Amino acid sequence: MEYFLELFFGGLTRGSIYALIALGYTMVYGIIQLINFAHGEIYMIGAFVALIVAGVCTIYGLSGVSILILAGIIAVIYASAYGYTLEKIAYRPLRGAPRLSPLISAIGMSIFLQNYVLLAQTSDFLPFPRLIPDFAFMEPVAHIIGSPELVILVTTFITMILLTLLIKKTRVGKAMRATQQDMNMARLVGINVDRIISLTFVIGSALAAIGGVLVASYIGQVNFYIGFLAGVKAFTAAVLGGIGSIPGAVLGGLVLGWAESFAAGYISSAYEDVFTFGLLVVILILRPAGILGKASKQKV
Amino acid sequence: MTDMLQNFKKSILVSIWFVFLTFPLMVVRVNTMNQVVVWRWTNLVWVAIGSFVLSYLWRYMLARQQVRKKVADEGGEIRSKTQLLLEDMSFRYKAMGIILLAALVFPLVFDTYQSTIMISALIYVVLGLGLNITVGLAGLLDLGYVAFFGVGAYSYALLNHHFDLGFWISLPIGGFLGCLFGVLLGFPILRLRGDYLAIVTLGFGMIFKVVMENWDSLSFGPSGIANIDKPGFFGIDLNLANSTIYIYYIMIGMVIFTILVTTRLRNSRIGRAWIAMREDEIACVAMGIDIARTKLSAYALGAFWAGMVGVLFASKTTFINPASFTFMESAIILSIVVLGGMGSILGVIIGAFFLILLPEYMRAFSEYRMLAFGAAMVLMMIFRPQGIISNLRQTYEYKGSKEKINNG
Amino acid sequence: MAENKHKLLEVKRLTMDFGGLRAVDSVTLEVYEGDIAALIGPNGAGKTTFFNCITGIYNPTKGDILLHPKGLKTRRLNGLKPNKVTEMGLARTFQNIRLFPDMTVLENVMIGRHCRTNSGIFRAIVRGRGVREEEQQIIESSYQLLEKVGLAKFANEFSKNLPYGAQRRLEIARAMATEPFLLLLDEPAAGMNPQETTDLEQLICKISAEGEMAILLIEHDMKLVMNISNSIYVMEYGKKIAEGAPREIKDNPKVIEAYLGEETDA
Ligand SMILES: Nc1ncnc2c1ncn2[C@@H]1O[C@H](COP(=O)(O)OP(=O)(O)OP(=O)(O)O)[C@@H](O)[C@H]1O
Ligand SMILES: [Mg+2]
Repeated sequence: MEYFLELFFGGLTRGSIYALIALGYTMVYGIIQLINFAHGEIYMIGAFVALIVAGVCTIYGLSGVSILILAGIIAVIYASAYGYTLEKIAYRPLRGAPRLSPLISAIGMSIFLQNYVLLAQTSDFLPFPRLIPDFAFMEPVAHIIGSPELVILVTTFITMILLTLLIKKTRVGKAMRATQQDMNMARLVGINVDRIISLTFVIGSALAAIGGVLVASYIGQVNFYIGFLAGVKAFTAAVLGGIGSIPGAVLGGLVLGWAESFAAGYISSAYEDVFTFGLLVVILILRPAGILGKASKQKV
Repeated sequence: MTDMLQNFKKSILVSIWFVFLTFPLMVVRVNTMNQVVVWRWTNLVWVAIGSFVLSYLWRYMLARQQVRKKVADEGGEIRSKTQLLLEDMSFRYKAMGIILLAALVFPLVFDTYQSTIMISALIYVVLGLGLNITVGLAGLLDLGYVAFFGVGAYSYALLNHHFDLGFWISLPIGGFLGCLFGVLLGFPILRLRGDYLAIVTLGFGMIFKVVMENWDSLSFGPSGIANIDKPGFFGIDLNLANSTIYIYYIMIGMVIFTILVTTRLRNSRIGRAWIAMREDEIACVAMGIDIARTKLSAYALGAFWAGMVGVLFASKTTFINPASFTFMESAIILSIVVLGGMGSILGVIIGAFFLILLPEYMRAFSEYRMLAFGAAMVLMMIFRPQGIISNLRQTYEYKGSKEKINNG
Repeated sequence: MAENKHKLLEVKRLTMDFGGLRAVDSVTLEVYEGDIAALIGPNGAGKTTFFNCITGIYNPTKGDILLHPKGLKTRRLNGLKPNKVTEMGLARTFQNIRLFPDMTVLENVMIGRHCRTNSGIFRAIVRGRGVREEEQQIIESSYQLLEKVGLAKFANEFSKNLPYGAQRRLEIARAMATEPFLLLLDEPAAGMNPQETTDLEQLICKISAEGEMAILLIEHDMKLVMNISNSIYVMEYGKKIAEGAPREIKDNPKVIEAYLGEETDA
């Protein structure tokens, strides 16, 4: 039972990170029907920037949770800026181009950003300073769920509440939903669609950066390549839940997190990625629209 | 005058933005392992100047692109001289003759090292032409293409290791297994839309690698398989130089074979169906074409070449391990197809030489190779989506009219 | 309708739902040999959806689509894939033109020949005599179709470079290349100038006069519809509200109201 709970919380933690990244995919896809392949790289850049900030601070003698928060904020700012620029350079000129074009551009951007960080920094895994202390009140359950996991769960939970409020309650959120439903209509009623698309990238990138910082401090190391696999898995999560659907991304992330955690715990950890993609293929065959997505017929 | 000032202001802003953007990654380098921070302020200057200049270039290119689009929209098609020249068959035959001659004397003129480089470029030519069927002609994005290459390489390595099977027998087997895996992969994803396809094929590519890394009893895990036989030459043992030349000629033969077959496929009933499917799947199925069959055949025939050339790759390097079959490999092959011009056989050949030889001969810049690939893919999509050689027009002769009509 | 004519297509109580929206509501329709039938109705009436159901693009929610090919036994088309439907002898054009833009005009028509030819992969690679002859036949017959629709001089142009009206005619040629006995045209005159429309009218009459295929067309241009069709079906909000000969339709109060209602909306 304890082992089960450990896997359960492990999966929940992992899944909530997937969910954070998956949100970016789903929001962008919902608006411009593009798989933003470079989204994983934004997550990686977020983690890397946080590492740099935290690294510099610890080297100059500062430490503690407040440094993590500072690193997180700067990482979010930078990731958003990267996301914004990415859209402007690589996707905006391709609006209205055949569908394959922006997708290939996205893959190109992903390769570019990876190698940019590789060349500007290093190919080594860099240790991320330990900034989350072991909370005393977590002592009794520490063998099932540790303090870092708690921090991750609480942070993602708060983030998602804020996101929901933003989308459901604010004017911008309404404009985003309108654009998602029908871009031309939204333009007609006076919504600045370009701005909304930029904003979507910014928000998605910010979420990814939060995920990046949390993972980096949890796993304890960062490398230029971490974005690739995380990106692919988060995308899987988004598809699983039904791409374009925000609750779907969260659900998909959690399902994937649990599936991986239990499969690794009870079956074999070497084939973890095989399970992920196996799950993706099975879902896509049985329910191409994902768990929460609605099947729509293409108009002819 | 105000225009110039505006442009200047814009570029300054871009420059400032990029300085801000790249600051943490380009300027600060922190090594948390041994607790040192390096501040590289000069990088800041480079970024500032570079982005300033590039922003001018970017605007100029975008404006040019806009003009071109407008002309095209108004029905005026711009066909360059090169395009017209390339559509001229007699020119094509002459050019092919010269290139073939040059290819045949190449290893006699240059040394083993050059031949080795040329062999790897030729391997990518075949891979590019194979992927060109799936992506370029049929429009099915495949990000796990390298898996078929791996299937070919591993099938030869294992057949050779366990059963002592020779290169020439394994060659068709590798191709056939590639095909088989193409169909196996094709089946479950027949119904998927283009973008889902990308992610699933990517997954298949990764699964292949993970399985090869972990299924020790089959694949010998990450350490790979060594001592694979080179192609036999009538039972004679060749020295390194001669065997390289031999492999070079095999490769030339294989490239010619690939070009011949893919050209014929492209200009056949099947090839037209692929292109139609790429252009508009709904119209295609409404014209009576079985999409499932067409897709499967595109996967299978694309994978065939990867499987076959995989066999040659294993025999050339005599050692393979899963590390040779990463996503980056798939990305390189894809960029060959994209840069060359999707669907264009000539373009893909040029693209392969360009992308493989350039980094080889510019060793100093070889670390920037993947960076350049990525950037090239983006820029190509924006400024020249048709690739180096765009879709050439296929003309036909018919009795229907008195004279042969060539240009409308 | 003349009794002795052979019934080709019989659609019974066809219904198509999109989520909560009933786009086609229990529509019954018949097309006879030699017919030029028209399906008309205001925007959004469900005409295109009706076509999509018959041609297998959508699977209808309810109803039957029966095809009675001459000399063969009756087939139910519900749930068949579009390519099967085309093989059975129905071919269509699209309201918003769906050509293959980066293929030449001739190649577009050649695609239509696909389902009537059969050389496979291996034969294409070997390219023996049989294949070459088949290819040549494909080219010749496609070219003849281009001549028929008046596009022969554009044969080697990319289809995306054709003027709009010509693109519509190319779609017709492409559909005819599949050798249908029933040709479905979705707003063939949309976007055409009066001259082009007149040409199109003649073309449709010519195709019909050749007697190989019956025609069912959707059209908003009333003059065209009244001139060429011998039976008309009218749809509004998914329902069939009238059917009959042009003369009857012209005077039908329901039809007038449907169209007038639309005009006051606009
Ligand atoms: N794939 C689809 N999903 C959801 N609703 C659809 C779909 N296709 C059509 N509809 C809806 O069905 C109704 C009928 O549309 P349809 O295109 O058949 O009309 P139409 O009679 O062809 O109109 P028009 O004259 O403008 O072409 C419309 O309300 C349309 O929005
Ligand atoms: Mg319509």
